[in-house]
Amino acid sequence: MRVSRAEQMMNYAVLALFALFALAPILTIVRTAFAPRIGESPGLHPENLLEAWRIGGFAESLGHSLVVAVIVVTCAVVLSVGAGYAFGTMRFRGAGLLFPLFLLGLMIPAEAVVIPLFFDLRTLGLTDTYAAIALPQIAQSIAFGTFWLRAQFRSLPPSLLEAAALDGAGPLRALTRVLVPASLPAVITLVVLVFMWTWNEFLIALVMAPAGRLRTAPLGLATFQGQYTAENSLLAAGAIIVALPMVILFLLLQRHFIRGMLEGASKE
Amino acid sequence: MPTSSSPAAAPADRAPARAATGAGGPAQPASGAPRRRRRRPSPVARTAATPYLFLLPAFAVYAAFSLYPLLRAAQFSLYDWSGFGPSTFVGLSNYLDLAGDAAFRAAIGHALVLIVFYAVLPLIVGLVLAAILRRGQVRAMGIFRTVIFLPQVIALVVIAVAWRQIYAPSGPLNQALRALGLDSLARGWLGDPGAALPAVGFIGTWLEMGLVMLLLLAGMSRIPNDLYEAVRLDGAGPVREFLAITLPSVRGEIVVALVLTIIAALKTFDLVYLTTSGGPGRATTVPSYEVYRRAFELKDVGSASAVAIVLTLLVFVINLLVTRIGERPA
Repeated sequence: MRVSRAEQMMNYAVLALFALFALAPILTIVRTAFAPRIGESPGLHPENLLEAWRIGGFAESLGHSLVVAVIVVTCAVVLSVGAGYAFGTMRFRGAGLLFPLFLLGLMIPAEAVVIPLFFDLRTLGLTDTYAAIALPQIAQSIAFGTFWLRAQFRSLPPSLLEAAALDGAGPLRALTRVLVPASLPAVITLVVLVFMWTWNEFLIALVMAPAGRLRTAPLGLATFQGQYTAENSLLAAGAIIVALPMVILFLLLQRHFIRGMLEGASKE
Repeated sequence: MPTSSSPAAAPADRAPARAATGAGGPAQPASGAPRRRRRRPSPVARTAATPYLFLLPAFAVYAAFSLYPLLRAAQFSLYDWSGFGPSTFVGLSNYLDLAGDAAFRAAIGHALVLIVFYAVLPLIVGLVLAAILRRGQVRAMGIFRTVIFLPQVIALVVIAVAWRQIYAPSGPLNQALRALGLDSLARGWLGDPGAALPAVGFIGTWLEMGLVMLLLLAGMSRIPNDLYEAVRLDGAGPVREFLAITLPSVRGEIVVALVLTIIAALKTFDLVYLTTSGGPGRATTVPSYEVYRRAFELKDVGSASAVAIVLTLLVFVINLLVTRIGERPA
């Protein structure tokens, strides 16, 4: 069944309009990033990126972001695999009570936990450490990861585990040799999502590392904005430096991003 | 779990393993009625303790860094504390103070306005775009999807930098308005008490429309083509087709989209902190920003915690409410 030509043209017009709307702020930033700074000659100025990189200390803040992201992704995924395995494939007392408790974590706003965490970890002398930035984010990601992987493990045929049992596999072996390999796409989706959340996280990194020694990339950019409000092109260049890794990852692994964010939301 | 219904059916090779490991295990509580042997947790899990061992590390971290702090926030909210030195128990007075607190009431009001921008507008835009992508026989559909979804993966700090420049007194938005001869509309959008809140909200519309569109599109792709063929043969145009077929079949997705975007509106800390810091005056403050401001600028940790608890309850209630309404038969 074909739609009429006029209707089709309308459709393209509407889509193009919104695509342009979605892209406009991004294009503005890109254009500004290459624009001349105050008092410079007109033309393209790609050296803005290098200058912003140097002045903004992005080598350091991107490094911190990477360390935090690796810690959070590794811990959250490994722990969620364990919890998802228990909830998804095993029968045990308390499962009906414990699983909703994990689901609750999907709704707890970071704003609510970050205040007590800051003051309690400060008492322990643990603020301004990687642990202080990473652990609250691991906890948040575990709530989602457990929920995500439980659904994944439940969707696998029970015969997989029965066959593993006949082969004499223990629970850990069955998990690492059979279930995880069979669930690789779902695990990759989880890795991608947790990486993105951690890379973009602002509030937790802001509150838990007040001294600024462990500034992550978003905080580095916010600080840069505070110092160079007049230099639009350097600020835009800094924004590109922070956003680019995630944009590239999104373009490469689009299906994982989209699948995770849609199905993760719908299964709640 | 077919094996455990009768002991005789249990495979012989598994029995010893259980006897060996389960012998010293008082952990197994008697489960009511006089039972045969307890069923194993799973074909590969040999003892009743196995599931707990896999669960424990995740639960420990989650409980310590999510559940426990939430309880602590509830406890903090009952005290008067500056963040240093001694604290005083004040009961519920932090909550009672919120009722007459102008900044808090403004924050709640702003959150409601932001819901229009974060949830209602993206829902309308998302419905139109998804319906077009589903039915419009559009080429290069993938590109449209990617582009419109892109804002979702970009850090809010970056988004704030971009929109601050767009809204700046001499920024592209005002340039465009002046070029169109609409000079009277041009202003410093984020610094104007009347314009700042809609300006922040509009960023939310831009941000959320792609997510909503894709959620709805996923729902619409389940509608069989025959159904569309049938209404078109009946002479329906795109509007009637949308109302008769598309809209009713994505109820579930609309609910999910609303829950996600309403919560995003309530939790919009990053954008407010980075674009307006709640100003000018209190024109753009929101509950999540109030939590931060009270704790770290006003040094009133008790009040900050009370706002945090109210915010959490609000999120829970909206989640339940929207889901309930969505489940009710039409």
